Amino acid sequence: MNPVEIFTDVSTWISDKVFYAVPVFDTKMPLIVLWLVLAGAFFTVWLGFMQVRGPKLSIDLVRGKYSSPDDEGEVSHFQALATAVSGTVGLGNIAGVAVAISLGGPGATLWMIVAGLLGMATKMAECMMGVKYRREHPDGSVSGGPMYYLRDGLAERGMRPLGQVLAAFFALCMIGGAVGGGNMFQSNQATAQIIDVTGGESSFLADVPWVVGLVFAALAGAVILGGIKSIARVTEKVVPFMAVLYLAACLVVLVWNVTSVPAAVGEIIGGAFRPEGIAGGVVGALIVGFQRAAFSNEAGLGSASVAHSAVKTREPATEGFVAMLEPFIDTVVICTMTALTIIITGTWDDGDASKLGGVGLTSRSFETVLPWFPLVLALAVVLFAFSTMISWSYYGMKATGFLFGDNPVAENAFKVLFLCFTVIGSAAALEPVIEFSDSAIFLMSVPNLVGLYLMAGPVRAVIHGYFRRVRSGEVAQVGSRA
Amino acid sequence: METVVVGVDNSDASTRAVEFAVERAQHNDWRVVLVHVIPWTPYSFQTPSENEHRHREKAREVAAATEQILAPMADIAERAGVSHEELVHHGKPSETITDVAAETGAVHIIVGRTGDGGLREAVFGSVASRLVQHAHLPVTVVP
Repeated sequence: MNPVEIFTDVSTWISDKVFYAVPVFDTKMPLIVLWLVLAGAFFTVWLGFMQVRGPKLSIDLVRGKYSSPDDEGEVSHFQALATAVSGTVGLGNIAGVAVAISLGGPGATLWMIVAGLLGMATKMAECMMGVKYRREHPDGSVSGGPMYYLRDGLAERGMRPLGQVLAAFFALCMIGGAVGGGNMFQSNQATAQIIDVTGGESSFLADVPWVVGLVFAALAGAVILGGIKSIARVTEKVVPFMAVLYLAACLVVLVWNVTSVPAAVGEIIGGAFRPEGIAGGVVGALIVGFQRAAFSNEAGLGSASVAHSAVKTREPATEGFVAMLEPFIDTVVICTMTALTIIITGTWDDGDASKLGGVGLTSRSFETVLPWFPLVLALAVVLFAFSTMISWSYYGMKATGFLFGDNPVAENAFKVLFLCFTVIGSAAALEPVIEFSDSAIFLMSVPNLVGLYLMAGPVRAVIHGYFRRVRSGEVAQVGSRA
Repeated sequence: METVVVGVDNSDASTRAVEFAVERAQHNDWRVVLVHVIPWTPYSFQTPSENEHRHREKAREVAAATEQILAPMADIAERAGVSHEELVHHGKPSETITDVAAETGAVHIIVGRTGDGGLREAVFGSVASRLVQHAHLPVTVVP
């Protein structure tokens, strides 16, 4: 057996385990999706329905109403949230939703929203813990994320060996996920879009997709290896602009078909409970919806916790409240807008819908009203993919740093490896690698959630303690600087 | 002893504003507060690694501003024997200068007419013109 065959076998074996699905009625429920949704349900109840009670506080925190004047010039709640959101918003919001509807019917949308709402509670717990157990280095820079709260949080509770094992396992999974799903897959999809808009099979890039990958790698390398901030800055500024443009385009399509909106909402709600002709009926729609929400907002995987832990705050709970907004923005707002656009234009019902693929279906929905929009959409996909790559390269680097004691050589070695896979990803969708990486991303939720369950007591104490102090006025809003 | 706030940056106009303020301070027994504001907003978009190192970067920015911008200005006041204080803040320059004036109980704000903002100033207007429009105190703009 050569190494490639061994890798393929190992990757298939892992993937079969991670995505092990139990038959439910006519369809199959992957246990890992159930694991994520149950965590959302648990933390929703355990934290006392903060999705309902907390949003006002979340928004006040983002607006800086509780930030001390000393925090000027540091990482604000808004900045931490924006960075985390740009790491999650991506193909899942555009392609994933289309896949969900073509498989599960309009009803899948409702279940996707439900999963998004539940995910808010998980995200709150993991991001609060990320801040609580982050490491502040002598130079003032910070490292945080599940690997730190798993190791140090569990050690505090007399479970040091378990904490160490879970933390190391988490870090390994995050490196795997970063290289594949956060990089290869993004590079692959973005390249496909570029080839598509430059003429498909007759495109001058069709035979040399690796050239696109090389450009991506050069740009990403300039950011992560060369520290060229201007490229990152441009991306970080253009991505939110594209997101707003995307939402605006959705609104245009909705307004154009405004008379069909009530019917579409009816289809979503009706379809959620009695979908016709969909494999597995209600359960089928539910599984597809839950699955796409989990893929899109990453709640429970622990990745966002790394990005959120850089915020300047004295109260870890504040970032929990802020992070709660992330699945809301990602799933409840952006994914739902995509879903409405697809449902209202009726493209999901086209005969070739399932063959068209994710981005293609979404693109066709926009085309019915805005014929020029597919080009903008392709640009959005490319930019979202690039910003996701920048975020995951950082996550992978932090995981490497954690395993190798912040050794710069190891971190740079990871970055080089990351860039090699950017090029490989553009040229070939290596199934086993994608499979392996998807498994790694979802495996992150195992150590992460086991740790969060074991520390559920302290999680609730910190969140509730802060919420109580805000309500009693002990934690007061701060005026402007004066 | 009354306090005046002088907004300073890297421009020649700002040096003239400090000289103007220090000269008047000698005659009127004023204390001058020299403030430099590093443009910053809590609502920007950044990469994760920028966020990680932000604290260090902020310290570096403050050190550079203190050494390269405020120290030469403080020298002017020192040589003239005028009581002075230097402050560095992050924020929106016009608003922050107004806030500092309120915090220090200043009676007057002095700034140079054009700053070192270049294109940004050309498009969005200068700090001086914003101060003239919004400050609650008399503002002197030094050409």
